Amino acid sequence: MPIIEIVFYLFGTILIASALSVVTVGNPIYAALFLVLSFFSAACIWLLLQAEFLAIVLVLVYVGAVMVLFLFVVMMLDVKAASIKQGLAGFLPVGLVVAFAMALQMFLVIWTRGLEAIPMPEPRPEGYSHTRELGELLYTDYLYAFEIAAVLLLVAIIAAIMLTHRDRPSTKKQDPSRQVRVKREERVRLVSMAAEKPAGGGEKGEGQS
Amino acid sequence: MLTLAHFLTLGAVLFCISVAGIFLNRRNVLILLMCIELMLLAVNINFVAFSRFLDNMDGQVFVFFILTVAAAEAAIGLAILVVLFRNRRSIDVEELSDLRG
Repeated sequence: MPIIEIVFYLFGTILIASALSVVTVGNPIYAALFLVLSFFSAACIWLLLQAEFLAIVLVLVYVGAVMVLFLFVVMMLDVKAASIKQGLAGFLPVGLVVAFAMALQMFLVIWTRGLEAIPMPEPRPEGYSHTRELGELLYTDYLYAFEIAAVLLLVAIIAAIMLTHRDRPSTKKQDPSRQVRVKREERVRLVSMAAEKPAGGGEKGEGQS
Repeated sequence: MLTLAHFLTLGAVLFCISVAGIFLNRRNVLILLMCIELMLLAVNINFVAFSRFLDNMDGQVFVFFILTVAAAEAAIGLAILVVLFRNRRSIDVEELSDLRG
């Protein structure tokens, strides 16, 4: 058995096992950590398919950013308050029936249409740069889609901040529109008083100051 | 010998596991979001496998965009989850019945 098949079956088994653990373990922290493991195994499978840049992006973006975000949220929420294991058995038969039906359908399609006759292509020649190929395609044919993706990320940033931002009454901040709209009468109070001190009381006033 | 069908089978098994996970974890929105991430990963495995076996790089560009959209989706989903927990003190799907749906 060549090394490539050993690697495929090893990481494929880890991927399936960790995905099963994600859906059955119940505790969100363990589920997030098992999801990290499954993403990592998937990245190794992608390396096997010679998609090096995407594999590294998967590790950096998913394991490095998205899963850390998940873990942050798990730590912020009081998940012990949410009962976890209850009601798991109630939907188990339905879920299994649906999953097995879908799996059967997909296996029928995959294994009867001649896809199993397509062999692994020859390895790419030395000096081939997957990143360069992807970049050339991304910055020429898919340039507009690339820019739309950038705008999408911007929208996601704004939406996430707007959703989770809340005003605390204790924070001190400026309201520019109120500052602009302020009138003279609200700030300045003219007091009419005598311009000179009354005669006789001057020395006493100085002594107090 | 590894063929295209092996990789597609891996993606199909992963997809079915995450579908079953959505049925199983009706009590926890957080794990539902993780199941959606797993589904997107299964789709991405299919894309990468087809791209390699058919020797066409366009599929991997799609994987790139799916990763982008999935990251945005995770960020917004988690933000909604935080707001939900702040208002209801619970992330139980069964309790979210205000709309009587």
